[in-house]
Amino acid sequence: MKLAYTLRLADDALIIGHRLSEWCGHGPILEQDIALTNTALDHLGRARSLYQYAAQQFNELPEAEKQTAFTSVAIQNLVNAGAAVSEDDMAFLRDGWDFRNTLLVEQPNIDWAYTVARAFYFDTYNYFFCSALKNSADTTLAAIAEKSLKEATYHLRWSSEWVVRLGDGTDESHERMQKAINELWSYTGEMFVASDAEKAMADQGIGVDVSKLKSLWMQRVQETLADATLAMPQAGWMQQGGKDGRHSENLGYILTELQFMQRAYPGMEW
Amino acid sequence: MTVHSFQEHFDNLIDREITIEPKDWMPDDYRKTLIRQISQHAHSEIIGMLPEGNWITRAPSLRRKSVLLAKVQDEAGHGLYLYSAAETLGVTRDDLYDQLHSGKAKYSSIFNYPTLTWADMGAIGWLVDGAAIMNQVPLCRTSYGPYARAMVRVCKEESFHQRQGFEIMLTLSKGTEVQRKMAQDAFNRWWWPSLMMFGPPDAESPHTEQSVRWRIKRMTNDELRQKFIDVTVEQAKILGLTVPDKNLKWNEERGSYDSGAINWEEFWNVVKGNGPCNKQRLETRKKAWDEGKWVRDAAMANAEKRKQRKEKAAQAA
Repeated sequence: MKLAYTLRLADDALIIGHRLSEWCGHGPILEQDIALTNTALDHLGRARSLYQYAAQQFNELPEAEKQTAFTSVAIQNLVNAGAAVSEDDMAFLRDGWDFRNTLLVEQPNIDWAYTVARAFYFDTYNYFFCSALKNSADTTLAAIAEKSLKEATYHLRWSSEWVVRLGDGTDESHERMQKAINELWSYTGEMFVASDAEKAMADQGIGVDVSKLKSLWMQRVQETLADATLAMPQAGWMQQGGKDGRHSENLGYILTELQFMQRAYPGMEW
Repeated sequence: MTVHSFQEHFDNLIDREITIEPKDWMPDDYRKTLIRQISQHAHSEIIGMLPEGNWITRAPSLRRKSVLLAKVQDEAGHGLYLYSAAETLGVTRDDLYDQLHSGKAKYSSIFNYPTLTWADMGAIGWLVDGAAIMNQVPLCRTSYGPYARAMVRVCKEESFHQRQGFEIMLTLSKGTEVQRKMAQDAFNRWWWPSLMMFGPPDAESPHTEQSVRWRIKRMTNDELRQKFIDVTVEQAKILGLTVPDKNLKWNEERGSYDSGAINWEEFWNVVKGNGPCNKQRLETRKKAWDEGKWVRDAAMANAEKRKQRKEKAAQAA
């Protein structure tokens, strides 16, 4: 369960980092291009720490469990050859349904407002999440959370400032920001519904009880939207499935790019 | 002081290798030449983000992805300090962008070539950044202070980029057959355009003489190109790659390599806009700029609102 939990956290970090990295070279302001790439690098760095930890846990599993942990033939081949898996194998060789990131982080960039809204929803969650995970009974996860909290604090400041800037900017930016906030709203509920792995890890004091983060998150979102002269989206149906491996169509395309080299040229050093 | 004595003072600073600073008097031509050169350099950094940015989402390992992202981010940073250096000469960044987007300003033609495989990330770091360093190291001592200081920082980072590019090539050259093929293919495609990076031959280079005097340039195009060839051919041997030049031969007498003729017709065509990616590169930048307009407008409008609220609050108090 801890492996599944570690991967759940790693996948969120990798996929949102991937999305943000798509902006590199295409940002609306040079300084913001640099800032967003920095954030992408932070997420990627966190993903790497978590995948390294996940790979270590995987390599310590009994042989029979290694065979059935993932459907990927490429990973099964490694296991059959008696090879240890690495951070890269976790990221580049697992199939889509073995990814456990939320639907929110795989949503496309669309424009600066959607990118800011997605970042803002995630950063707010991630800030409270890391604040709680740093007290984990698992020292590795606690250490990763402690390092990430500093970054997450900055990310949240950055995305909150942009929500306000766009919300309380021009008529056009207000309209675009409100639309993005509304459109992405249905992907926020999933963050606070614990998966089996999240429940089990929270019970053991290793993971965070995500249901308890909801009110903190809601309050912070409300405050920032009020500052931004934006309306809170109406409560409604929430999309779910990412944590169980049922993703949106977006993930397939992300993995097609992300995994291309490792899938096309298996087993090589780069 | 009369204009004449301003000029004398300026010449005197140049002769004594003392840097010219933004508030110093300078001849119009000097200012114009610097704006042109620094802005071309800044544009090259920004356009240069695109060919490598093309492989960020497809990098073959998480470590390579981090390094590549950081590298492209460095280029954005170089663009930023170079635009700032140009601004000290009395132009705005927005003016310079307009010149880029309208096609009036040039940028390094090398970025008009496509990145087709992962090995191109190695070849660009090794060859393109390698050539850039040779061009740029002398500029750390150029006569204009803000430019010289920007270049010190740029060169430090470029030399890191060059090493990581070579390391990608080295890893490929020690890899499987297809990886070696990838490395050679990238070398074949990037070798000649890299040699063209030093600009036209000295006999045809219109700006060289004056620029050398002003220390905007410190070595001629052909001198730098020869230096690059001599260094790079030795590095190619370490990689086990074949230089794609049948006429390449060591010249004992000169202590340098003789090399084949460069296809200057191709060079001038790429400069004129006929390279494989000129249109795409410029359109990509224009699209980013145009689609970012509402974002920049919003940021300005918000800053103005905040300022007004602050002033109102101060008045009320």
